[in-house]
Amino acid sequence: MSTLSSYAPLLPETIMALGAMALLMLGAFEKESDFSAETVGWLAIVLMAAVILVIAEEGPERIALFDGAFVSDAFSRFAKILILAGSAATLLMSFGYLKRVRIMKFELPVLVLLSAVGMMMLVSAADLIALYLGLELMSLALYVLAAFRRDEVRSSESGLKYFVLGALSSGMLLYGMSLIYGFTGSTSFEVISGVAKDGVLGTNIGLMVGLVFLLVGLAFKVSAVPFHMWTPDVYDGAPSPVTAFFAAAPKLAAMAVLVRVLWTAFPGAVQQWQQIVIFLSIASMLLGSFAAIGQESIKRLLAYSSIANIGFALVGLSAATEEGVWSVLVYLGIYLVMTLGAFACVLAMRRETGPVEMIGDLAGLPDRHLGMATAFAALMFSLAGIPPLAGFFAKLYVFKAAIDAGLYALAIVGVLASVVGAYYYLRVIKVMFFDEAKDPLSEVEGGVGLVMGLSTALLLLYVVFGSYLEGPALAAAKSLKF
Amino acid sequence: MELTAAFFYLFAILMIASATTVIVAKNPVHAVLFLIVTFFNAAGLFVLLGAEFIAMLLVIVYVGAVAVLFLFVVMMLDVDFAELKAGFIRNAPVGLLVGGVVLAELVALFVAKGFGLGMAKVTAAAIPQDISNTEALGRLIYTRYVYFFEAAGLVLLVAMIGAIVLTLKHKPNVRRQSISAQVNRHPATAMAVVKVKSGEAIVPDAVTKREAAE
Repeated sequence: MSTLSSYAPLLPETIMALGAMALLMLGAFEKESDFSAETVGWLAIVLMAAVILVIAEEGPERIALFDGAFVSDAFSRFAKILILAGSAATLLMSFGYLKRVRIMKFELPVLVLLSAVGMMMLVSAADLIALYLGLELMSLALYVLAAFRRDEVRSSESGLKYFVLGALSSGMLLYGMSLIYGFTGSTSFEVISGVAKDGVLGTNIGLMVGLVFLLVGLAFKVSAVPFHMWTPDVYDGAPSPVTAFFAAAPKLAAMAVLVRVLWTAFPGAVQQWQQIVIFLSIASMLLGSFAAIGQESIKRLLAYSSIANIGFALVGLSAATEEGVWSVLVYLGIYLVMTLGAFACVLAMRRETGPVEMIGDLAGLPDRHLGMATAFAALMFSLAGIPPLAGFFAKLYVFKAAIDAGLYALAIVGVLASVVGAYYYLRVIKVMFFDEAKDPLSEVEGGVGLVMGLSTALLLLYVVFGSYLEGPALAAAKSLKF
Repeated sequence: MELTAAFFYLFAILMIASATTVIVAKNPVHAVLFLIVTFFNAAGLFVLLGAEFIAMLLVIVYVGAVAVLFLFVVMMLDVDFAELKAGFIRNAPVGLLVGGVVLAELVALFVAKGFGLGMAKVTAAAIPQDISNTEALGRLIYTRYVYFFEAAGLVLLVAMIGAIVLTLKHKPNVRRQSISAQVNRHPATAMAVVKVKSGEAIVPDAVTKREAAE
């Protein structure tokens, strides 16, 4: 094999990074206008679609480059396709909103692309340094996106809050990594897993402390309780398309890397990390479910909903079995579709005067927009976990994994939390269908409608299309080995 | 050996003393100056460790760029330090409590189990003996760690784009320099020979255009 072609597994990242730079140049030298910004946005979508095809063409084998810092396996390919699809869908539905609030700038799609590169590096990372750099690339772009509506105080506040807390979590992550490096002598997951063999962590306190700090740093990024405080404020303050982006792809990427770190670097320390993950999971499910009840803003509601969803996904990880990893991946795939659909509905909520985001504004929706009301209701039913929608299967699989691993208490708490969660999801449907109508909302735009319809269709027909998600997820879960 | 130890204690004590002064100094400019002293002492410690490249980086990057930037910010921005300090003192008990608990936990852990336990015996990349540190780092960064190097470059690119997106304002009514227009000027367009009638004023084209626009 020639030297250059041995770097073929890096092709998706290379195309994305170079494409982002090319679009940056295009945007910088074109005359500034909404039209040129939208062109850059469409090109970014095309680029991501092309990279999905490139990844889908790759073979099933596991290839490690740069001394194992970059790994291309079924797991990373699965996560990358979902990340790119999620990012492209968010861009697709954001143009209308961005133009209306006058923040249609070409930098936004470029930052989304670069953030996606960070996520791709993150899910391919098998080395602590690669993990950190991927995480920073992803997060730094997200901080900027949160503050993108710079003339609005809430958006700037959201960006600053996210940046300060993100920097704090990076600090903890790095502290943990330095301890792990000090006590194992390497940043490579393979070497770490060799040192952290069965029972070693019980006596090797330094490594244990390092693992805890690493988990804290990653828990910040997936916003698991008690490291969730930033989520509602940031989601609420950031422009809605950016919030949609936050809730979808980066969550998935951070969860995926959490799974990879625990599963490949610390398989010998299951007992140690399992209790931490169980705690994070229970706390996230309970807080996410109860705190969402009183919310009037649909974006805050979805923020708490995403915290609860991360809790449910962590249930699967707590099982610490291959079935558990599979259930997490399936959960994340379905969560991505549900989140994108829900945010498409949020983006469709607007009047002549501008976007609205209160639950009360949805009252009387079916009279004017029966399609959107149906889609929203289906999404809420799915998030609540009503069969035969996709959300039901997602929850079923993670709870089944927990029960198979003997974690009965965790599964019971999870089921109870999802009952509480069902209340606020169903309340949205009640407001829509049974409350007095207010002024009607404006028409739904093409891109938003497309994402909304597509995600609703996927959720409704999960029984038919489910195997297309579950099959690759199984291959991905099986590939997480050395 | 004793000389090394003596220098170690000299640098370490000076470093801790000046780092403390950074926090307690009333005048922010003094705080930044003590920060520079701290960096210099840290560089000294790195030299003692045999890591001369990192020591030089510390002096050039942190002292030369970062600390000077801090000085600029402190001097040019109108930051109300009294107000900042008030907030700091108000929240200090909570911070001290959380910090104290974490510190106590860590100390208890390491005292109970011993510090040296489980420390790695191997290093990721062995230190080569026949070449200098700088050369060894260069060889690693552009071969084995090239992926990290490029990734760090992308992170910096995002930082640059972010800074521009969030702060650059195109103000109206500000005439910006157009270098290409300046370079493309030539005598035929730049100069005009006008016959001035006695007792009349000359109004340049640009002025008439601007007045018409207004």
